[in-house]
Amino acid sequence: MPPTSDTGAARATPAPARFANLGDRAWGWGISILGGTILVVAGLVLLELGRVARPAWEGMNVLRFLTSTDWDPVQEKFGALPFVYGTLVTSAVAILVALPVSVGLALFLSEMGPRRLRPPVAYAIEVLAAIPSVIYGLWGLFVLVPWLRGTLEPFLQGTLGFLPIFRGPMIGHGYLAGGLILALMILPTIASVTIEVLKTVPAALREGALALGATRWEAIRMAVLPYARPGILGATLLGLGRALGETMAVTMVIGNSPAISASLFAPGYTLPAVIANEFAEATGDVHIGALASLGLVLFGITLLLNAAARILISAVSRGTRGARA
Amino acid sequence: MNVHQEIAAVKSPPPLSPEVASESRRPRPAPGQEAPAIQPKLTVEHLNAWYGQNHALHDVNLVVPPRSVTAAIGPSGCGKSTFLRCLNRMHELIPGARAEGTLRIDGKDLLGRDVDPVTLRRRVGMVFQRPNPFPTMSIRDNVAAGLKLNRVPGDHAEIVERTLRQAALWDEVKDRLGASALSLSGGQQQRLCIARALAVQPEVLLMDEPASALDPIATAKIEDLIHELKERYTIVIVTHNMQQAGRVSDQTAFFYMGDLVEVGPTEKIFTNPSEKRTEDYVTGKFG
Repeated sequence: MPPTSDTGAARATPAPARFANLGDRAWGWGISILGGTILVVAGLVLLELGRVARPAWEGMNVLRFLTSTDWDPVQEKFGALPFVYGTLVTSAVAILVALPVSVGLALFLSEMGPRRLRPPVAYAIEVLAAIPSVIYGLWGLFVLVPWLRGTLEPFLQGTLGFLPIFRGPMIGHGYLAGGLILALMILPTIASVTIEVLKTVPAALREGALALGATRWEAIRMAVLPYARPGILGATLLGLGRALGETMAVTMVIGNSPAISASLFAPGYTLPAVIANEFAEATGDVHIGALASLGLVLFGITLLLNAAARILISAVSRGTRGARA
Repeated sequence: MNVHQEIAAVKSPPPLSPEVASESRRPRPAPGQEAPAIQPKLTVEHLNAWYGQNHALHDVNLVVPPRSVTAAIGPSGCGKSTFLRCLNRMHELIPGARAEGTLRIDGKDLLGRDVDPVTLRRRVGMVFQRPNPFPTMSIRDNVAAGLKLNRVPGDHAEIVERTLRQAALWDEVKDRLGASALSLSGGQQQRLCIARALAVQPEVLLMDEPASALDPIATAKIEDLIHELKERYTIVIVTHNMQQAGRVSDQTAFFYMGDLVEVGPTEKIFTNPSEKRTEDYVTGKFG
């Protein structure tokens, strides 16, 4: 090749290439900055919470704060345990009720149900997700709580009253009411994510089971659900995150009493609820600091449960990883 | 209806209308189909299939003798896969798909509304284009999956070993039956899927391009396996690969645009077909 054309070509090509490179690099930096913002914001939230909480830490025993059941702002006695307990119990009730219903709904919508029924049901789920939580709270107050007091709680006590969780006075306001409201609120989250997860199950697996002579349900149990299990766990985790942090609706029905009781019928309190209720009226830095510390505890619980769920998901997804490729 | 009457009915189905008959869209019976001395395993009569408004299979008539390999060939979209799926009613999984006609195994109709497709699929096994072992199960559990569905009592281990031997996979996996099915290579996975289908002892085995996702060596193993399996099973295989059809099958059916153009002994289809379209296809003029 003649040297002239060689240099000509060399001169012509690098210029646009460099421009393309520059654009790529600028784009890369822009994206990195946007991504980094999330970390910065999370860090700032933690720092600020710590700063506000600090006055409460003077002379405070962390272990005592976490394990004491005494909450008396007037005498500056602060124990976080009733709130931690209330948060965990209501969230557990919510998951126990919402998970089976959501998975059933998702299976109905994506696998078994009549095609014509699917769109209206899917739409109803979306609507459920769009209702503001204060509306859930009002509904809970006026409909759910009286129904619990008059119907469900007497029934549970009559049939399963030998279990300590179903004993005691039936007020309506309490852990059960909070948990059920939460279940209703996280149901659309778990159901819609589960529907998406079921859509990712390869048709070949379903066909493989059916070709062996499996019924619809046997194919779901043999091929679909095992493959979708990690995804369903992930959906549950999303729902759990919402249940832990939900404030308004739970505050309205849980009874707001900083006590610990084995009975689900008893009134309780949750971390977000006490922060919302007392923050505006808090007197003095120590009370505010104690509430901010509760916020840190909630932060910690969320992180811990997230980490645990991640480990669980990676453990159960070991079998399906190759098939996704 | 005795065997010969039945076969005669297959040979000359009553014409639907004079136009159809004069256009000779219906395949003429090939020599191989004229005098089977034994009762056919599988009899297909007037099989029509639709996807919504699309008429995908036009009046297919075909007889499959027992312990033989029938290959369905033809260009993409010719209806050969639809035909295969109708044989165990897997087409019913596709919304809007329906099939009409008669499908008989040993003379018993299986396409009727009163027949449960689940029962049919336990008699007609299927192997798919891409290996699809159950990813969360071990090799052993994959083979035993059909046995569990059928609630077969007794020693699954013995059946698992026998079936894996039949699928020519035993020596490669006998030391790691508990390992995940995904630890196998693609060709091994496909043989595992064949073993899974064989474990429930189907009478007919359908194979939908079983080697198209595999490399040449794995393909050769599958083809050898088909040769061995036809000693016990009746096999219908769909393939894109005409050389493969020539190597493995006794009888070949050529589909084009939803018609079964011609069916006959494989050697005849590839060397001396009666139909111009068949000749053009097997000689590579189109497709």
